[in-house]
Amino acid sequence: MADDRDVTDDVAAEQPSAETPSGGPSELFSDLTGVGRFDWRSNALVPLLAIISALIVGALIIAFGDLDTLKLWGSDPGEAFSQTWTTVKDAYVALFEGAVGGWTPISETLTRAAPLILAGLAVAVGFQAGLFNIGANGQMLIGGMFALVIGFQFSLPGIIHIPLVIAGGLLGGAIWGAIPGYLRAKTGAHEVITTIMLNFIALRLVDYLLTVNYFQLEGRNDPVSKSVAESARYPRLLSADWIPFEFTRIPRVHIGIIIAVITAWVIWWILYRSTIGFEFRAVGANPDGARYAGMNVIWLYVGVMAVAGALAGLGGADQVAGTLGRATPGFVGVIGFDAIALALLGRSHPAGVVAAGLLFGGLAAGGQQMQVAADVGIDIVQVIQALIIMFIAAPALIKAIYRVKAETEAAQLTSGWGT
Amino acid sequence: MELELRGITKRFPGVLANDNVNLTIRSGEILCLLGENGAGKSTLMNIMYGLYTATEGDILIDGDVVNFDGPGDAIAAGIGMVHQHFMLVPVFSVAENVVLGVEPTLTGGVLDIEEARDDVRKISGQYNLDVDPDAIIEQLPVGLQQRVEIIKVLFRDAEILVFDEPTAVLTPQEVQEFFGIIRKLKDDGKGIIFITHKLKEVLEIADRIAVLRRGAVVGEADPATATEVSLAELMVGRPVELKVSKADADPTDVVLEVRDLDVLNVHNQLAVDSVSFDVRRGEIVGIAGVQGNGQTELVEALTGLRESVGGRVSVGGVDLTNASPREVHNASVAHVPEDRQRSGLVMSFTLTENFVLDSYYDEPFSQGIKMDWDRSRQEAGRLIQEFDVRTPSSEIPASNLSGGNQQKVIVAREFSRDVALVIASQPTRGVDVGSIEFIHERIVAERDQGAAVLIVSSELDEVMALSDRILVMFDGKVVAEKRPEQTTNAELGLYMAGASSDG
Repeated sequence: MADDRDVTDDVAAEQPSAETPSGGPSELFSDLTGVGRFDWRSNALVPLLAIISALIVGALIIAFGDLDTLKLWGSDPGEAFSQTWTTVKDAYVALFEGAVGGWTPISETLTRAAPLILAGLAVAVGFQAGLFNIGANGQMLIGGMFALVIGFQFSLPGIIHIPLVIAGGLLGGAIWGAIPGYLRAKTGAHEVITTIMLNFIALRLVDYLLTVNYFQLEGRNDPVSKSVAESARYPRLLSADWIPFEFTRIPRVHIGIIIAVITAWVIWWILYRSTIGFEFRAVGANPDGARYAGMNVIWLYVGVMAVAGALAGLGGADQVAGTLGRATPGFVGVIGFDAIALALLGRSHPAGVVAAGLLFGGLAAGGQQMQVAADVGIDIVQVIQALIIMFIAAPALIKAIYRVKAETEAAQLTSGWGT
Repeated sequence: MELELRGITKRFPGVLANDNVNLTIRSGEILCLLGENGAGKSTLMNIMYGLYTATEGDILIDGDVVNFDGPGDAIAAGIGMVHQHFMLVPVFSVAENVVLGVEPTLTGGVLDIEEARDDVRKISGQYNLDVDPDAIIEQLPVGLQQRVEIIKVLFRDAEILVFDEPTAVLTPQEVQEFFGIIRKLKDDGKGIIFITHKLKEVLEIADRIAVLRRGAVVGEADPATATEVSLAELMVGRPVELKVSKADADPTDVVLEVRDLDVLNVHNQLAVDSVSFDVRRGEIVGIAGVQGNGQTELVEALTGLRESVGGRVSVGGVDLTNASPREVHNASVAHVPEDRQRSGLVMSFTLTENFVLDSYYDEPFSQGIKMDWDRSRQEAGRLIQEFDVRTPSSEIPASNLSGGNQQKVIVAREFSRDVALVIASQPTRGVDVGSIEFIHERIVAERDQGAAVLIVSSELDEVMALSDRILVMFDGKVVAEKRPEQTTNAELGLYMAGASSDG
């Protein structure tokens, strides 16, 4: 009886019916991640409105955080308003200029965007296959360590060395990603739990390895790794001879951003143009349907997680061989967690992830400038990022605020009480 | 009591679900609401039950306009609903289920289970429902569970009872008992709204018939003068062939051979118990039975979705015991699954993606790992034409199609290959009459082109109409084998209820 599902007849025949796929992801999952949503208007509009809303709320927080001006409201509201306005304006102008106002800001934005995009893709690929990959951080760390070893162990021409470093990042991440995939496939252990735990393991493993002689920089007591060989470093984009600019300090943006964008394109191709992506998306949208169609659902979970891990590992390699040149404790920071937000904002689509990655990269770069120039703490950037995601996670809220026309009342109503 | 729906219109974005519907139901009568899937019956009932708000129009009780903000208001106004899917807590007793939400309590909020028991006994006695208040729901057969739902509604003092497809889960005998209960309720002055798409039942039980098509009431019929054909025509809007026209079968070689097959269900109980049968080229074998007697597990075992624990399966002489779904697919077996939304389709995928769902991995739809979407779209366009799938394009998600058209997508995909064996489970469940006719024709056509066909259906009429040979399953065993021309619905109903075959 439990399997006896029926087809509700809700709306007139030949019209969009209000049926929810029973074996597939929930409405909630689709709303949150954008997977399986065809409505382009809503997929582009909701993130955009979420960003605007977050900036508005962020402005209010900046305003209320300015205690001196707040006191002024009682005595001289006019002056208080103009001061508040100035504070907010200065902060956002600094944020904007710090992100795109010149070569160095743009360089900073792109440098920070590259690993975000790669880690964001790692999460988005998981979403496309119905998996919550919370483990991008750990996968980045392990991928980064593989890249590190290849980077300092060998001395090769760059044309060979860099691809090897990249391959190391992919491999390390893939291994770390495949573990939770395998556990899910073979034992049913939920990937959310295992990936979170593997983050901790990776973090402390790196801490430990950095004190081991093989990895540690000679003559240092603190955990810092040997430097990656020059031949393994990602070349800087603005150092080439043909660049017609003179820099006092060459901006640090490197080929990582190009690698990230190309990778996004490759992932798009795999997801939407290849049989592998077809399987990934099928198993994500409806595992029962995938099994019926003859796909090996069990091993697909391993494959999806390995691919996701490889992407994150590439992001780790970007940090080690591109931005930092070596490994330090927790050298990827919280990029792997920002990546979750980024994948959500990008609606799990590679193009969306690139756009969201550039935005988050810009926020991070601009936040620095905001702190220096407008004396508004960089924490506000994190607040804005968090607000964006909250608005994304509550699409109904955005739709209510901005009166975006609901897709179908029917779909929402029946999913509430139906079978 | 008189309940009137006046000018009810319900619009969903882009969809007119109900179009100026006028209906009246009075105490002591049975109104049958007849319509295809997607005709707007459920929407109408959900408005009446306070789950939806009508875009236009009023609900009147005894001449006064009422406003329902939720089912609570409707229940308070004396409207009760027995859903197609029972809303019971399986591990609770009958009495506990009946009082759930309106529990009689002693001082201090303690449940007065004694009073609940008495109430159940009283209602049960009054309508000859024969339900033990202390029975645990999950141990009761479906027919009795339905009676518990009826008691629940009566306990809440309903005067108008709405039944949504109540007979879908019952055996023919249980249907007769159910009709007895309905008549008793009617004699007792209750108003009954009976929603169904089964024409025979309508003619048997209705006092009045209202037919819904595309959201509007297209006619009322008098059961004394109406016929199945006239009702079907009213329902579909064109003349309909109710009989399946097919030539006599000419069975030749055995294609599907099942021997002593044992299969466990999800609870690790034996669901298929030493089942053996053959299906030959050029014949349609139908498996009849009440749902939950092992048919689902049998089909899953045959198609690679569930492992069997004993016995053998072969197709065309090739051993396929515990083969994977892909191996079964590659052995030229077409499978129309029982639950199209759960396994037959990926609802968020486009029609094109769904058309290649189980053959995407090979030529001509892909080369290596590269999908050939142009080729796939061409094929999708061809199948949409050939199988008359009503859709504006092949690039919209399957969820946008009506149930009948979704089923046509599956049938098109499965029948578009050269197949040796067709396994179709509930091929027309929840499908409109027009599509049923079409799908039945295609199944017969597959047989005539030399496929062996196995049909599993809980609709006895469908099994009788399509099959050249009928197997009845009860409790995991094949308990009877009959030819449709040598048996009757009543006889098969007995086997379905567990009577053993006399030969």
